[in-house]
Amino acid sequence: MTQLLLFNVFNGLIIGAFYALMALGLSLILNLSGVINFAHGGFLAIGGYLAYTLIPYLGFWGALLVSPFLVAFIGIVIERVLIRRLYGRDPLYSLLLTFGLAFMIEDGTRFIWGAQSLPYQIPGWLAAPLSSEYFFLTGYRVFMMILVGAAVLGLFLILNHTRLGLRIRAGTLDLETVSVLGVNVRVLRNLNFGLGIYLAGLAGVLAVGMLGLEPTIGDNLIMPSFIAIIVGGLGSLPGTLVGGLLIGVASGVTSVFFPSASEAVIYVMMAAVLIVRPRGLLGEEGRF
Amino acid sequence: MPKLDKSAGDILIWLLLMTAPYWLPAAGSYVELGTHVVVYALAAMALNFLLGHTGVLSFGHAAYFGLGAYGTAMTIKYLYSGTLLGMLVGVVVATLAAAIIGPMIVRLRGVYFAMCTIAFGQVFYFIAFQWRTATGGDDGVSAWHRMPLDLGITSVDILNNPKAFYFFALAMFGICAAAMAFLLRSPFGRTLLAIRENERRARFLGIPVDRHIWMSWVISCFFVGVAGTLFALMNNFVDPRALRWDQSGNFVIMAVLGGMRSFWGPLIGAAIFLVLQDYISSHTENWMSFIGLFFVLIVLFFPRGVLGLVRGRSAS
Amino acid sequence: MISGAAPKKLDRRIVIKGAVAGGVAQLAAPFVLTARAAETVKIGLDNPLTGTFAALGKNELIGAQLAVDQMNAKGGILGRQVELLVEDSTSGDTATAVQKALKLIDRDKVDFLIGNINSALAQAMANTSNQKGVFHIVPGGHTDTVTGSQCHWNVFRVCNTTRMETNSVSKLLLEGYGKNWYFITTDYAFGHSLQDGFEASLKQANGTKLGADFTPLGTTDFSANLIKAQSVIPDAIILLLAGDDMINCLKQAVQFGLNKKFHIAGAQQELEVNEGLPPDALFGDWVFEWYWKQPGVPHVEQFVADIRKRSGGKVPTARTWFGHAAMWSCQLAAEKAKSLEPIKLAKAMQGLVLPPEVALMPNNPYYRIGDNQLMPTLFVGQSQPAPAGGDPEDLFKVSQLVKGDEAALPVDQTGCKMEWPS
Repeated sequence: MTQLLLFNVFNGLIIGAFYALMALGLSLILNLSGVINFAHGGFLAIGGYLAYTLIPYLGFWGALLVSPFLVAFIGIVIERVLIRRLYGRDPLYSLLLTFGLAFMIEDGTRFIWGAQSLPYQIPGWLAAPLSSEYFFLTGYRVFMMILVGAAVLGLFLILNHTRLGLRIRAGTLDLETVSVLGVNVRVLRNLNFGLGIYLAGLAGVLAVGMLGLEPTIGDNLIMPSFIAIIVGGLGSLPGTLVGGLLIGVASGVTSVFFPSASEAVIYVMMAAVLIVRPRGLLGEEGRF
Repeated sequence: MPKLDKSAGDILIWLLLMTAPYWLPAAGSYVELGTHVVVYALAAMALNFLLGHTGVLSFGHAAYFGLGAYGTAMTIKYLYSGTLLGMLVGVVVATLAAAIIGPMIVRLRGVYFAMCTIAFGQVFYFIAFQWRTATGGDDGVSAWHRMPLDLGITSVDILNNPKAFYFFALAMFGICAAAMAFLLRSPFGRTLLAIRENERRARFLGIPVDRHIWMSWVISCFFVGVAGTLFALMNNFVDPRALRWDQSGNFVIMAVLGGMRSFWGPLIGAAIFLVLQDYISSHTENWMSFIGLFFVLIVLFFPRGVLGLVRGRSAS
Repeated sequence: MISGAAPKKLDRRIVIKGAVAGGVAQLAAPFVLTARAAETVKIGLDNPLTGTFAALGKNELIGAQLAVDQMNAKGGILGRQVELLVEDSTSGDTATAVQKALKLIDRDKVDFLIGNINSALAQAMANTSNQKGVFHIVPGGHTDTVTGSQCHWNVFRVCNTTRMETNSVSKLLLEGYGKNWYFITTDYAFGHSLQDGFEASLKQANGTKLGADFTPLGTTDFSANLIKAQSVIPDAIILLLAGDDMINCLKQAVQFGLNKKFHIAGAQQELEVNEGLPPDALFGDWVFEWYWKQPGVPHVEQFVADIRKRSGGKVPTARTWFGHAAMWSCQLAAEKAKSLEPIKLAKAMQGLVLPPEVALMPNNPYYRIGDNQLMPTLFVGQSQPAPAGGDPEDLFKVSQLVKGDEAALPVDQTGCKMEWPS
């Protein structure tokens, strides 16, 4: 039993890392621009589909590298054309608009690539378990962890050691002052959105190694991402990371004892956090 | 001037609603679509009681909608096949649940409140899903149907006659809408508006804000429960999907689409959403793109929902 | 944020008008033939075209469209041309499925109703069609209740019941692999009835169910379930999952190397699932309800060729066959009854045998009297990666054919109590 439990905790961390990746992108966009990006799952799907399309030309690694940047570029264009007009309005409108966008993306991917699930092959040596006993530690999952870790590290490096990152962090606290200080807020928001979408695209490329590639691939991942943000604390990126890991582990552990509840338990966690400590584990009081 | 416009608007809407079973088929549509619109409109208006008039967003209203539906379905299937009793049980269950959950969440605001309502909604969803022996799990409560209404002197065949059921649903809708309008116009309703406009100021005026929000929440869930009972009766079926957060999302979208700040906004939103979806999905399998584009355009060009444009710049 | 000044209103109106015009132009070429010629016979198809079952629904649609064109070339039904009206039921929203069914019945006055892939939607639609007294065929919804405890005189089904599927393959699994099984099952009607079927087989053979995990539809991560499954060292891990869940689970099972340690098998499998899997995930014992490679069986090659033309070169799947057979069943029933009246049609369907060009399989499938269930042939076999030099879609190797009526429960055990209107 303890071995089973341990397996599931480790496995939960791996899945949690993936949720965290999704949630970090969402969180970035929410914190700076106050936009609830319901289309995040759609960008994940686009990431997966672009990777699939690029593999014959660039190989697995090339597609992995290039695809998130392409998705980020699409995100930047969409921000410029659509999202920009939502700033300053009730977040409900961003919800409605991105919801419509999600519809369009799902239908668009189905139109371009078809409804049939597409076979996505990862390199053989990656798809094997590392050891017979710890078989759930497959090469691919470890690779995913490493990549998520690298992405998170990259994100924190950007936020803490570049001017862009500094401005994003400052803007999250007080955008008006940042603007008054001469920063081009429009460009800042645009790049921030792109960064968030980059993470969604990356999550998409990673997801298709494990899941079936079809238009609704992002649908079931959007709610856990929101929950990770709430549990970790709105406005706090480390919180989002912790939140994602936590719900992954909770889900994994629950599936040992009560597999049907593995999805419901994360909602219960969220309710518990909201009732007991609304600002979340690492959030600051008074935000939102 | 605005008052005359408003009455004219109200009369027009009622006229359209009451004659719908006659002009819908003539327009190439069908009565059941009208019934669908009425049921969802009631749910969206119930939500809007809380959202548009009290300023509190709930993303978990489907839970009480679903509880109303399940209460009705299970009563008719297992206990006693009477429409009104079924509805009563459904509404009582929904309202009780809301009344109990209310105090737990009423301290929260904004996104926190919304997410907490989702959490509770999903718990109910989970229960409906798991409790297969009672609720049929993911397969729902089927193999039952609404019974003709026995009014003593006469019997109204709401089972087989779509027009009859439409008018029944419309009558329920009318009663609820009238009740909501009455409440909103009362001092209680004015207090809710004050809370929406500026909660802190309301608190300084000595208004027990949390208690008012709780009451608004319970009232809102009561009416959404009624909509849920109608939903179950309409389909002769209910499944856990009625409780899920995406169903809640539909109500929010309809309210925002039509105009949160107006009384009839959610009705307009529900009508547009459902009619458009029904029409477009019959003509193309890419209807999702059109609907999605429609939402995007509405948000960009109708800052206060569809009715927001119609009413111009007049104060809400 | 600049507040809206009056000129903005005009801009809005112009944009909206433009969008509406553009939208109308798009919609002016609908794929649904809505010409309201009074002499056409109307068949209404209420099936998923969006969502998780979109690929399956698309294939059923292609099969149905081929059938309608074939019929019309031969004069249609009772001398009248056939019109196919298609509605998207969505993949899981029962309210929409029922609403569209009512639309087809009340507004379009269809003579035949066809649908649905989703078991719960199929049953809800069947209850509705029964209430309205409309002839209804379920091409691809498997839950046993449709021709079992909630059977109706007006509702017929083409695809197998879950019990037929499990019975057809259980012998192979018990004899080949052993009697101790672990189940991973999608938590809805379809999954549950498959598991019930296998549990009955286990009981008969004195086997044991080592454990069972129920996962909600749409589960993405099965690692926890697979970890549990392998910890009890079963003879076989039985996957009773729907659509994309099956893809996710198999992909993950392969990555864990479980297919090398344990036998992995299940009941129903579909070509659409196999086409979504990478080659290393194509393994296991399953049952297909129809397969495109049937050397020696008449008309199959022609059918495959016809479908390839309509689907951009892809072969027909069981779903394509369901749609095709359902349509032709309507025509056959009408010709036999010489009428479109629902009760006469239903009576004509009793015992109706599908001719070879509709059956497209050995053993003469027929609709069983008493529960309205078609008795087709089941194709038991193993999934395989496409053989080198062969067709890229040859992803299944048929090892055994099982007659449907031998795998099915007798009518009196299905729970079906058929009530005919007086």
